[in-house]
Amino acid sequence: MTQIELRGVQKWFGSNQVIKDMNLDIADGEFIVMLGQSGCGKTTTLRAIAGLETIDEGDILIDGSAVQHLKCSDRDIAMVFQSFSLYPHMTVYQNIAFPLHATRTSSADADKRVREIAGVLRITDLLERRPSALSGGDMQRVAIGRALVRQPKAMLMDEPIGALDTKLREEMRAEIKRLHVRQGSTTIYVTHDQVEAMSLADRIVIMHEGVLQQVGTPEEVYGHPENLFVAQFVGSPVMNVADAKVADEGGKVRIHLDPADPGFEFPRELLSRLNGHAAGGLKVGVRPEGILVSHEAKAGYVPLEAQIIEPLGSHDIVDLKVGTGMIRARTPSGFVPKVGEKVHARIDPAQAHFFDTGSGKSLGVRL
Amino acid sequence: MATLAMTRLDPQSRAARRGWSDLTIRNAFIIPTIAFLIIFNIFPLLYSLGYSFTDFRASTNAPANFVGLANYKALLNDPFIWRNFAITAKYVIVSVAGQVIVGFGVAMLLNRAIPFKGLITTLLLLPMMLSMAVVGLFWKLLYDPSFGIINYALGLGRFEWLSNPDMALYAVAITDIWMWSPFVMLLSLAGLSAVPKHLYEAAAIDRAGPLYTFFRITLPLVAPILMIAIIFRTMEAFKTFDLAYILTSQPTTEVISIRLYKMAFQEWQTGMSCALAYIMLIMVVAITNIYVKYLNKVKER
Repeated sequence: MTQIELRGVQKWFGSNQVIKDMNLDIADGEFIVMLGQSGCGKTTTLRAIAGLETIDEGDILIDGSAVQHLKCSDRDIAMVFQSFSLYPHMTVYQNIAFPLHATRTSSADADKRVREIAGVLRITDLLERRPSALSGGDMQRVAIGRALVRQPKAMLMDEPIGALDTKLREEMRAEIKRLHVRQGSTTIYVTHDQVEAMSLADRIVIMHEGVLQQVGTPEEVYGHPENLFVAQFVGSPVMNVADAKVADEGGKVRIHLDPADPGFEFPRELLSRLNGHAAGGLKVGVRPEGILVSHEAKAGYVPLEAQIIEPLGSHDIVDLKVGTGMIRARTPSGFVPKVGEKVHARIDPAQAHFFDTGSGKSLGVRL
Repeated sequence: MATLAMTRLDPQSRAARRGWSDLTIRNAFIIPTIAFLIIFNIFPLLYSLGYSFTDFRASTNAPANFVGLANYKALLNDPFIWRNFAITAKYVIVSVAGQVIVGFGVAMLLNRAIPFKGLITTLLLLPMMLSMAVVGLFWKLLYDPSFGIINYALGLGRFEWLSNPDMALYAVAITDIWMWSPFVMLLSLAGLSAVPKHLYEAAAIDRAGPLYTFFRITLPLVAPILMIAIIFRTMEAFKTFDLAYILTSQPTTEVISIRLYKMAFQEWQTGMSCALAYIMLIMVVAITNIYVKYLNKVKER
């Protein structure tokens, strides 16, 4: 049973504040992924929880007691590093047994646990090798084994599969998920890869420039981003975002993304929900799958010209010309046969997001 | 790459105007070096090997008689020579162990962010840069029982460092430790700073205590380079002459090279001393080989 809590955590490197008033509650057994660009403070936060960095203000609580003044060894937390940090002069067996020997576990007991964890990670036949003779994926397995072997209160992982190639990453991702389900230990996982975050996390913590942006399940973060940063950081391809001009046309409203475009139709109830942003300072965001595309002219659809087609196999990403700008739509593969073709498109009102231009905050409009 | 870099001579160059080819220039650099090596190293080495089988004395005109292995037999059966070897062994062990402990310890202290680290390191290296003879003469003054600063500082009164037969060898070793610890420190420092910081972090996360971390992480990773320092210092300590010769003339400090010097240039037993020199050479090579074997084993990973 391990809960981790951050309360008002602040951290400076010189005059540069890397963690700004961070508050976070992590429940027992939860898989939390911290997501953000490099330099956003996610790794520093992780290292602060581990005890490798000090914090300047605030509290870090593990199971309700403050640990920010304790050494890492007294926090009983395991960590997997991006560089794996295997001990190069020891065999795989000795590496995994290190945390047990360091705390003077009897060698019979240690041996049993090392072999058990090696079995779980399927590295039993590598136990006598040295790390230098291992592949990247196996090194990662050993690093995870070393972290799991002493049944820590919590597991911290700092971009553990960032150094592997794409195929291996996918494999290891599934493996980490499997292990978490099996072990059920509270896990905090840091990554800059949003696919990794979406696929692994119970909840995602998105950080930007030391500030926590949003905490939520993958569905919440993807479907209801709280601000522009989250909206554009999560999801690939990136969400279309444009300044919006709202025109009231009686029965419905039209939103113009560009002075020259014919405008996209929205239901009239939108007007009352925009809290005065209809006059100006409004941005509209819509993911590529929120752009509905059709070959025939339909009510509410506007004709647009396809400018770039990116075939991705399972689907295509088509750039449609809107006035002088562009919006990207997701279509079935081969839907738009060639560049220059006219198609009809509309924005699905249920998948549109509205943001305040100044603060970048979502207006929380759900149509 | 080297052969690629060797291009045709620039026709305007001085060498070209003198009609020198690349080959000539290469030979001009290499031949003097090889000649020097042959004349001053290889020739004496072989020549003394020849003398070691004779009763040659450089002080007389008497012709050298071939005596076979008699010199070697006599030396290896001489209890006094074995006493010299025992003294040397004691000196090597005390001196090298002292240098490793002091040098590695200071390196551990310096291997962190401290103010004026560069300056401190440079100052600590100074003893190593002095001449052996100068160090010997200085320490003779420092050890002086009546006005030496060591007795004064330690409050030892008129303690005899160099004329006390039980203490003299240690006094020489202490001087050697003072002089050569910086060498071990320098190499250890290079080794220590090459240990990746993230391994210490991993060890901290794995709940290893400071002693456990030192013996299981730091020491094994620094071992190869520390081994090199130990090889060098063992070889040097085994051959030590000047310090011991200048500081004292006690029979208890007569290390093997002093015995060799006396045999060769005071007793003029040239043939015998050549044999002793060869015995020393074989011993140094053998000891070094043990270290090198171990070093290779350590380096394998």
